[in-house]
Amino acid sequence: MKIHEYQGKALFRKYGVATPRGTPCFTVDEAVAAAEALGGKVWVVKAQIHAGGRGKGGGVKVAKSRDEVRKFASEILGMQLVTHQTGPEGQKVRRLLIEEGADIKKELYVGMVVDRGTQRVCLMASSEGGMDIEEVAASTPEKIHKVFVDPEAGLKDAEAAEVANKIGVPEKSVPQATSLLKALYKCFWETDASLAEINPLIYTGEGKVIALDSKMNFDDNALFRHADIVAMRDLDEEDPLEIEASKYDLSYISLDGEIGCMVNGAGLAMATMDTIKLFGGEPANFLDVGGGATTEKVTAAFKIMLSNAKVKAILVNIFGGIMKCDTIAEGVVAAAREVHLSVPLVVRMKGTNEDLGKKILKDSGLPIISADNMADAAQKVVAAVKGKH
Amino acid sequence: MSILINKDSRVITQGITGKTGQFHTRTSREYANGRACYVAGVNPKKAGEDFEGIPIFGSVAEAKQRTGANVSVIYVPPPFAAAAIWEAVEADVELVICITEGIPVRDMIEVRDRMRKQNRSSMLVGPNCPGVITPGELKIGIMPGHIHKKGRVGVVSRSGTLTYEAVGQLSELGIGQSSAVGIGGDPVNGMKHVDVMKLFNDDPETDAVVMIGEIGGSDEETAAEWVKANMKKPVVGFIAGVTAPPGKRMGHAGAIISGGKGTAQEKLAVMEACGIKVTRNPAEMGKLLKTVLK
Repeated sequence: MKIHEYQGKALFRKYGVATPRGTPCFTVDEAVAAAEALGGKVWVVKAQIHAGGRGKGGGVKVAKSRDEVRKFASEILGMQLVTHQTGPEGQKVRRLLIEEGADIKKELYVGMVVDRGTQRVCLMASSEGGMDIEEVAASTPEKIHKVFVDPEAGLKDAEAAEVANKIGVPEKSVPQATSLLKALYKCFWETDASLAEINPLIYTGEGKVIALDSKMNFDDNALFRHADIVAMRDLDEEDPLEIEASKYDLSYISLDGEIGCMVNGAGLAMATMDTIKLFGGEPANFLDVGGGATTEKVTAAFKIMLSNAKVKAILVNIFGGIMKCDTIAEGVVAAAREVHLSVPLVVRMKGTNEDLGKKILKDSGLPIISADNMADAAQKVVAAVKGKH
Repeated sequence: MSILINKDSRVITQGITGKTGQFHTRTSREYANGRACYVAGVNPKKAGEDFEGIPIFGSVAEAKQRTGANVSVIYVPPPFAAAAIWEAVEADVELVICITEGIPVRDMIEVRDRMRKQNRSSMLVGPNCPGVITPGELKIGIMPGHIHKKGRVGVVSRSGTLTYEAVGQLSELGIGQSSAVGIGGDPVNGMKHVDVMKLFNDDPETDAVVMIGEIGGSDEETAAEWVKANMKKPVVGFIAGVTAPPGKRMGHAGAIISGGKGTAQEKLAVMEACGIKVTRNPAEMGKLLKTVLK
């Protein structure tokens, strides 16, 4: 699960990670009032969407007067903000963060993720803040410093101080940076985060170390113990189809192609998408229907796939192990009837009671195209899209 | 022979009284030597009772001591599953297979850290995996037993149904399996591809291995490098997720391309460079394996 920058900063402050003072706003008037309440002479008007790259897309502006706050807030609120992470259609801006301006002396980078190799949390830091960190990692990997944190001990003073030194925090600010890094680790660990990123982390002319940005993602599997984080979920930022799918315990992701696919199991679902591509088609989605493909779930899955207007055909690929093929076939037939299926449907079923399942599909009278294996299924569905079935 | 489990294994089921645990214990027990192999269940609140004749004990340690079990399989719900793994590890059960899906990553980091620091002897398979099967001998997990066929090809994979797909293709071609191991799709887990590969390499009754991977992490690359340097047997492979876009999590918590790392193309290239024959068509995993058999 992802949260907004302003929510991440609230978490930061709770753990002792310094941030600029700021206020989330939902209207232009609120933004102007927030700037007045903050005082000072410079404010930053920041679009709050979950995608990164907001600055380059025009979603972050520095205002030097109340009038400018009003002007920028009205420009940004409601805009379709396009960044490299939003896709070409962009994301509508519904929330702003109004912050006091900061005296930036130098921009740094700090991030935390779970490292699979060491099975520890990895703290990554770099002197090259404000930039695309993936680019830094690719072109100048020596500028990224890493610490793999011992889960029992947590991030140690000496480790944090060494990182602070390596990324060029001035001597007098190292103690503050050390405590900030430790606080960030504690925040990451205790909230079951999967990503925490500060880009940029800055030090000011006075040597203060401040998190100018905040990006946090959380482990979905741990949300059951974090009601406070679940409360920060912003459904406006999520794909409505993915939200709908999650209600039925379906794992769904929208893609750009025209062949809807419904598969049981994540690995097999990816493999099915790959096979479609191999035979010249483009998958419209990833959809893992899971272990218990009941009629209700299959029907929901069909509705979700078909609400994507780009879908021109559907491929169902089920390996019936514990789930029997006849049960799945009944579910597919019932779902196809209920949604008045109007696009070609190719079904490949394998496993327990396979023949019985195929018979149910055949006897249904529905124009279901049966396939023997994954390659056959992919070829048939690609042909169907091209109108050759 | 086989790897990890065989007809002489004796199995404890943790979470035997839950719906999932009951269902899969029942079907596993019906497979091959299951009746002799499933010897104990664990539930502190139901100690002294039994599940369809399988005695239930208050702890893993007690179950192990009383029955001589050497394997434990875990169906405990996610919030308690890491503690269940640790209980089995502390009891020095040789092999712990955790089927449970949805365990918080932090819980797994803690358990794995403790296992390493205390130098525990237990091997862990999973979590979020289908389990391990040695066809014709013993099935521990949720895979459909009947698609397997006893034989001499090893299978190791991060996913469930895709493993069944590979096994199904092999069996249809008349190629049996020595053992099939699902290591699970979570970012922090127990045995990796390379660990299972080593066991297959040492198993005199395994002639070749099918390695199935997916996007995310670099476990497949690590295994491929090991194969290049050490493997005495042919290996074929497939990686799922060529079409997966970066930054989108494909079902499994570990299946995500992040920071430009963990793409299927990259993995396939490394595997090929290490002498592993790969296919980009998952319908041909079985056929490909057949080409490397002598």
